[in-house]
Amino acid sequence: MLSVPLVVGASFAYLLLLFGVASYGNWRSAQGRSVIDNAWVYALSMAVYCTAWTYFGSVGRAASAGIWFLPIYLGPTLAMVLAWVVVRKMLRIARSYRITSIADFIGSRYGKSPALAGLVTLITVVGIVPYIALQLKAVSVGYAVMTLPAGAQATQAQDWWNDSTLYFALALAAFTVVFGTRRLDVSERHEGMVAAIAFESVVKLLAFLAVGIFVTYGLFDGMADIFARVRAAPELAPLLGDAATFDYGQWFSLTLLAMLSVVLLPRQFQIMVVENVNERHLRRAAWVFPAYLLLINIFVLPVALGGLLLFGSGTMDPEAFVLSLPLASGQHALALLAFIGGLSAATGMVIVESIAVSSMVCNDLVMPLLLRTRRFGIRAQGDLTRLLLRIRRAAIFFVMLLGYGYFHWAGEAYALVSIGLISFAAVAQFAPALFGGMYWRGGTRVGAMAGLLIGFALWTYTLMLPSIAKSGWLPTAFLDDGPWGIQWLKPEQLFGLSGMDNLTHALFWSLSANLTAYVVLSLWRGPTPAETSQALLFVEAFQRNRSTEPVFWRGRAKVQDLLALTTRFVGSVRARHLFEEQARRLGVPTVAQIEPDAQLVRQVEIALAGAIGSASARVMVASVADEDALALEDVLQILDEATRLRAHSIELEEKSASLERATSELRAANAQLQSLDRLKDDFMSSVTHELRTPLTSIRSMAELMADEPDMPLAQRQQFIQIIVTETERLSRLVNQVLDLAKIESGHAQWHNTDIDLGQLLAQAVQTTEEMFRDRGAQVQLALPPQPVVLRADPDRLTQVVLNLLSNAAKFVPATGGKVDITLRTSDAGVQVTIQDNGPGVPAAQHGMIFEKFHQNQDSGGYRPQGTGLGLPISRQIVEHFGGRIWIDPAYGGGARFVFDLPWNTMADTGATDVHTPAPATGHALPPTP
Amino acid sequence: MHRTRGSQRLLALFFAGMMVLNYPLLALWDPQASLFGLPLFPLALFGLWAILIATMAWLLEHSGD
Repeated sequence: MLSVPLVVGASFAYLLLLFGVASYGNWRSAQGRSVIDNAWVYALSMAVYCTAWTYFGSVGRAASAGIWFLPIYLGPTLAMVLAWVVVRKMLRIARSYRITSIADFIGSRYGKSPALAGLVTLITVVGIVPYIALQLKAVSVGYAVMTLPAGAQATQAQDWWNDSTLYFALALAAFTVVFGTRRLDVSERHEGMVAAIAFESVVKLLAFLAVGIFVTYGLFDGMADIFARVRAAPELAPLLGDAATFDYGQWFSLTLLAMLSVVLLPRQFQIMVVENVNERHLRRAAWVFPAYLLLINIFVLPVALGGLLLFGSGTMDPEAFVLSLPLASGQHALALLAFIGGLSAATGMVIVESIAVSSMVCNDLVMPLLLRTRRFGIRAQGDLTRLLLRIRRAAIFFVMLLGYGYFHWAGEAYALVSIGLISFAAVAQFAPALFGGMYWRGGTRVGAMAGLLIGFALWTYTLMLPSIAKSGWLPTAFLDDGPWGIQWLKPEQLFGLSGMDNLTHALFWSLSANLTAYVVLSLWRGPTPAETSQALLFVEAFQRNRSTEPVFWRGRAKVQDLLALTTRFVGSVRARHLFEEQARRLGVPTVAQIEPDAQLVRQVEIALAGAIGSASARVMVASVADEDALALEDVLQILDEATRLRAHSIELEEKSASLERATSELRAANAQLQSLDRLKDDFMSSVTHELRTPLTSIRSMAELMADEPDMPLAQRQQFIQIIVTETERLSRLVNQVLDLAKIESGHAQWHNTDIDLGQLLAQAVQTTEEMFRDRGAQVQLALPPQPVVLRADPDRLTQVVLNLLSNAAKFVPATGGKVDITLRTSDAGVQVTIQDNGPGVPAAQHGMIFEKFHQNQDSGGYRPQGTGLGLPISRQIVEHFGGRIWIDPAYGGGARFVFDLPWNTMADTGATDVHTPAPATGHALPPTP
Repeated sequence: MHRTRGSQRLLALFFAGMMVLNYPLLALWDPQASLFGLPLFPLALFGLWAILIATMAWLLEHSGD
């Protein structure tokens, strides 16, 4: 055992730490650097699902029933699989209409019905009280285990004023008031609280894992050791499961119950929906939260079985094994950590639950009644934000004291898990109205009301009353014989239905009656106009955005009335802010000049809904505005307009998108044209430059001869020879320009036949033999043994090869020149390589030398001494045949030109003239003359 | 609502999860058997659970609907 001051001191130190975390969260939030704007923190805060029930109760359950603690965590996992679909829709709806609780959600869906919201709140309060009692009980039991000698029974204080649990409950309530209702701004999120809850989730997980590891690996030799010993012990072996007695029906109903609870419990709704910062966080949190559940459950069975093995069954309370195992082994620090972990689990739940329930009680029970009174009602004046806060604070104390009362008078009889399940079954009653309302337009207020009433009545009769009776507060006779001895009214075997455990039995009757009443009564009478409009907004939440949303309101209102109303409930700062924004939207200079339209009224109503709930907000707005009652036709007409507006806006969006596309296409085309234009200019200047050089020399020779009529004949002959050579060069240049222009424009004539490429190469080598002999170079031709037959224009291909060969001839060194020509074939086509041992081509020019006239761009390096059009023409030809020509950049011993051709590219064209469009190379030429 | 394929995949995973974690598929694991010294039934439950979470994580993190 540990000393009382130590345990109490540590607990309060921990609460102070929590307070620090919460203050830090609020401080960061005020600075605009939210700590909770993060998917991981969001997921951790969802783990508020793991309460003292998980922390203590699961071990107790495992010690009495083996694996049966698990469905409570499998259900939420399955629910989270659908979170991205279902919860995201709830988030979208809640965000759009400032919905702050599950009661508000359901009430708002069915025509903003105050009665329905009030009923949901009542069910919640009644249903959730046992759950809060469970947390108090867990802390009280834990405290007793920590501070009493081992084996001593905890005795409950006879007088409530002596009970430490009461003071703990009051301290927690005070703590919750400080965190949850600190700010006047009641409709905002509680960032500090969420940060503290996420922190608590980390603490409880680490503490539980620490105990689990200690028990499994410190007290035993790992999990296998524990299970081996359990199998050896005859009284424990059944805990590992028995196929014959396994109740799969109960398994399913527990899974289903937990699946619903993880969304419907007020604290889960608060954390998951109301406190959510960003919808996208749900995507990660949806799997991180189940992973958290898995982690915290891994050691439940080992701890439970380990405790039973060490203590023997029946001597110690299994629900406190997490504490008693470390204590019994003298690990006091670990025991204290485990206690703090349990405290985390309990306080986290109590804080969020009471904040959630208090806002429901305030908005959906107290406010509707207060607003009917003369003092606070419609005609009253004055700021009500302070009053709202006070009501919430009182509600927190009220809920906590109810929980304490249940714990004090009824909590002793039941195990933690059984108490929790009663609460689960209560909130499960919201499922038909909530999910039906989100996906079915036809659900009505009357249907939802009847379903909830009958479900709640059956829950009370089949689950709550028996639990009270079993705690000794009612005679148990009616359980065994039925009320007034009527057998078929026995609460746990209603209408004679037997063979189910009491939970499955209660769940079956209450949920099926609830669902039936909801559906049947919804179909009985159709929805009213107000219900229809809300149904549309909820069911089609994903199909609308703010600008195209229909506003189901018609009437007249004065702006000063609306402003005064808003100020009363949300404070003057936010009210002024809202109205100034609306003035900007309507394009009027001052707030006073606003002519309220439906959109403004809607914004006011949403702002009020954040503070007092949608039902009360509706009443208040109706009280200051002169409203026209909407008939069903009006609702449909407004909807029709909105739909048309939406279609119109979608159409506009599409149009602007297609315009944008067209613009960018035009821009690209323009850029291409500009670059073509530039290329054409370059080409023209290159051509004229090339033409001018021979012309200049022809002209100067001719002038020289004209000036000197008595020039010696030999010199005259020499000059004439130069003129002839230059003229030849000139005509060659002109021919090549024409040739290139023809090929590029697609007007060239191609005479395709089957050719043997090897033979073609050999002929080309033969043609250039003279030239190479003059340069003293050696030519080697390597051909495959078999003929390589290809369909192409032989003259054009010869032109390519000759061009490459003459280039090589020009660049081989004066002595020891060597040129290799290789022909290779593959499945794809043929490849011809022509390499020399000259100076090579600088890497920077590899791309450029195939451009027209690039030979004269750079002095030095590779300068083919021709017209500069040979390589561009070669490229055009090779590309015409579907091939590629390039310089091998890897080759260092000179220049290696390579071109490849696919097999039979021109097979279909035969020897006819081919008119093909110019290949899109981006090097178009001016049209041929 | 269920128009996007991501949502449909999640829906399919949900039904698969419901199937494997309930009767009769759950009854296929023999409670008496064990694997690596651990009882098969709890092991299978935790294993299926982990697979479910992993699949869900993969679906949610790798789809951009």
